[in-house]
Amino acid sequence: MSSVGASVWRQASRAYARRLSSPQHFSLTPAFPRVSAARRFYVSETKAANAQVKVDTVIKEEQKAFVDKTGIQPANVKLPGSAVTGDASMSPSAGILKQATVMDQGTRPIYLDMQATTPLDPRVLDAMLPYLTGIYGNPHSRTHAYGWESEKAVEEAREHIAKLIGADPKEIIFTSGATESNNMSIKGVARFFGRSGKKKHVITTQTEHKCVLDSCRHLQDEGFEVTYLPVQSNGLIRMEDLEAAIRPDTALVSVMAVNNEIGVIQPLDEIGKLCRSKKIFFHTDAAQAVGKIPLDVNKSNIDLMSISSHKIYGPKGIGACYVRRRPRVRLEPLITGGGQERGLRSGTLAPHLVVGFGEACRLAYQDMEYDSNYVNRLAKRLMDGLLSMEHTNLNGDPDRHYPGCVNVSFAYIEGESLLMALKDIALSSGSACTSASLEPSYVLRALGNSDENAHSSIRFGIGRFTTEEEIDYVLKAVRERVDFLRELSPLWELVQEGIDLNTIEWSQH
Amino acid sequence: MSVATLQRDTAFQVRSLFRSLLRQSSQFSNYNFRQYALRRTRDAFREHQTEKEERRIQELMQEGLQNLRMLKRQTVISQFYQLDKLVVEGQKSGKQTGHEGNLVRQKDTGWD
Repeated sequence: MSSVGASVWRQASRAYARRLSSPQHFSLTPAFPRVSAARRFYVSETKAANAQVKVDTVIKEEQKAFVDKTGIQPANVKLPGSAVTGDASMSPSAGILKQATVMDQGTRPIYLDMQATTPLDPRVLDAMLPYLTGIYGNPHSRTHAYGWESEKAVEEAREHIAKLIGADPKEIIFTSGATESNNMSIKGVARFFGRSGKKKHVITTQTEHKCVLDSCRHLQDEGFEVTYLPVQSNGLIRMEDLEAAIRPDTALVSVMAVNNEIGVIQPLDEIGKLCRSKKIFFHTDAAQAVGKIPLDVNKSNIDLMSISSHKIYGPKGIGACYVRRRPRVRLEPLITGGGQERGLRSGTLAPHLVVGFGEACRLAYQDMEYDSNYVNRLAKRLMDGLLSMEHTNLNGDPDRHYPGCVNVSFAYIEGESLLMALKDIALSSGSACTSASLEPSYVLRALGNSDENAHSSIRFGIGRFTTEEEIDYVLKAVRERVDFLRELSPLWELVQEGIDLNTIEWSQH
Repeated sequence: MSVATLQRDTAFQVRSLFRSLLRQSSQFSNYNFRQYALRRTRDAFREHQTEKEERRIQELMQEGLQNLRMLKRQTVISQFYQLDKLVVEGQKSGKQTGHEGNLVRQKDTGWD
C-alpha cells in the first residue's frame, strides 16, 4: 500500500518539477517571440541550486568523506598516480625497491614493560585535549574566568585521585612524579624533624627504588643514620626486623607497596599499625600499586604516599604525594616559591596533566575489578607457560604478589643475551633506570639470589592493553629462543649430562 | 504506547548502540587500543545483559553514547599518527607477500 503511494507521489512530483520550469520561464519573459523559445542551446540551463555552493553542506560532505576514509587499512589503499599500495608508503624502502616486497607482518615489538611506563589511555587523552587547546588559564589566577575554569578542573581531578586511595582531596599534593614525591617525603620529613636534633634516624629496605635509596644516601651525608632492612628470599620484609630496627629517635619508615622488579606486595597494614603505635611517620612508594591493588590510606595508617601518573595509563610528567593532615605531617618543602599546594610544592600546576592524571585515576577506580581480573588471567597464562619450561623459577613471593609483574629466572642463560634474542618483544631485566648498566639487579641480589641467577632474570609486565594473542606470541618466542641459546651453551650440555656445576674445578689461565 | 513496545524500542536502540560502538572501536589504528576497545565494549554489554530497571538502562545508554562520541574523536586522532604494525598483527604466516626474490628483510626498530 505504502509503496504504491510512494511511487505515485514520486511520479507526480517529477512531472510537476519538469513542468514548473517552462511556465516560469515564460512568465518571466513574456515579451520574447515564440521563435526564441524553440531555439536550441548548446549549454544546458543553469539552475540557481546548481550554481550556488552551500558552504554548510559541503563542509558536512567533506567531513563525512574524511571520517569514512579513516578506517581503511593501508593495504587496501591505492596511492594516487602509482601502482603502489599504502603499505609501501608505510615502509618507504619497499616503495623505492620495486622488486622488494612489503612484509605482511609488522616489525614493531610487543610492549611488555608496563612497570617502566604504560601507554596513554585514549579516554585520558580525550579528557586532556580541551586543556591543551582552549582552556589555558592559570589555575592559580583568582581574578578571572580563565583561572576559575582551570581551577575547577584541577580540583575535580584532585577528588578523583583522593577517592582512589581513600583520602581527602586537600591531602593530595601534585608533584612532577613519584621520584619528586619520594624525595619530598623522605628529605622533607627527615630535615624537618632533624632540625631540632632529636630525630635523626630513617628506616628503609634494600629493595626500594633507586630514588628512595639515593635520597637516603643524601641524608646520610647530612648526618642522618639510615637502616636498610634486609628482605627474606621471597622479597618481603620480616616484621620482627622492622620492630628491632625502630629506635626512639626514628623519624620515618619508608617501605614500598609493590616492588617494581618482582611485584611483591609488602604488608602495609602491619607496618602502618606498628608505626602508628610508635608515633613514627610511615611513607610508602605506591607508584606501582595505586590503581592496581585496592589501597586505603586510613585503613593502612599511611602518612605519606607517592603516586605516579604514567604507571596508571596517565600522562608522563606528573605525580602526586599524599600528605596526611590529621595527625598532621610536617615537612620541609624542596621547592619554595609562590606557595601553591599548601606551600609544600610551589610552582604553577599544569592543568592538562592534572586533568589527565585525574581521569586516569577515575578510570582505574571504575575499572579496577575488570582490569585486575583480566590481568590475572593473562598473568596466569604467561606464568604457567614460562614455568612449565625446565630450570625456570619465579622470583618473589607467589602469593603476596601483584600478578601484572612476572619476574622469571632462566637458568644457564645470560639475561642480556635473551633480551637481545627477544628483539621483537620490549622487555627489561630490571627497572628502566638501571637498564643501561650490565650489573645484575640489586633487588634480586637482596633476595639472596646468586649473580648468575640475577643475571638471567627477565621481567614481564602485563597491563590493561596487553592482549591474549601477544601473550601467546611471547610464550612461543621465549620457548624457541631459550632452547636455541641453551643449545649453544656448553654449561647446558654439562647440566644435561647430570654434572653439578658447583663441583667443577675451573682451571686458571 | 504499551510497555512491550517500549521495551522493544529500547532493545533495538541498545543493539544499535552496541553495533556502532564495535564499528567505531575497530577503527583504531593502534592494535592494543583497538583490541581493548572491542573487548571492553563486549564485556560491558555482557555484564549488564540482564539489566531490568528502566532508569538504569537509560543511564548506561547515556554512558555508552558518551563513549561513542569519545571513540569517534579518538579514532580520528589515532588515524593521524599511524605507526608501524606490531609483530603480532597482520598475517600469521610471517611470510612476505612478494613475487620475486623471497628474501626476508628485517627492520630494527629503534636502531635506525
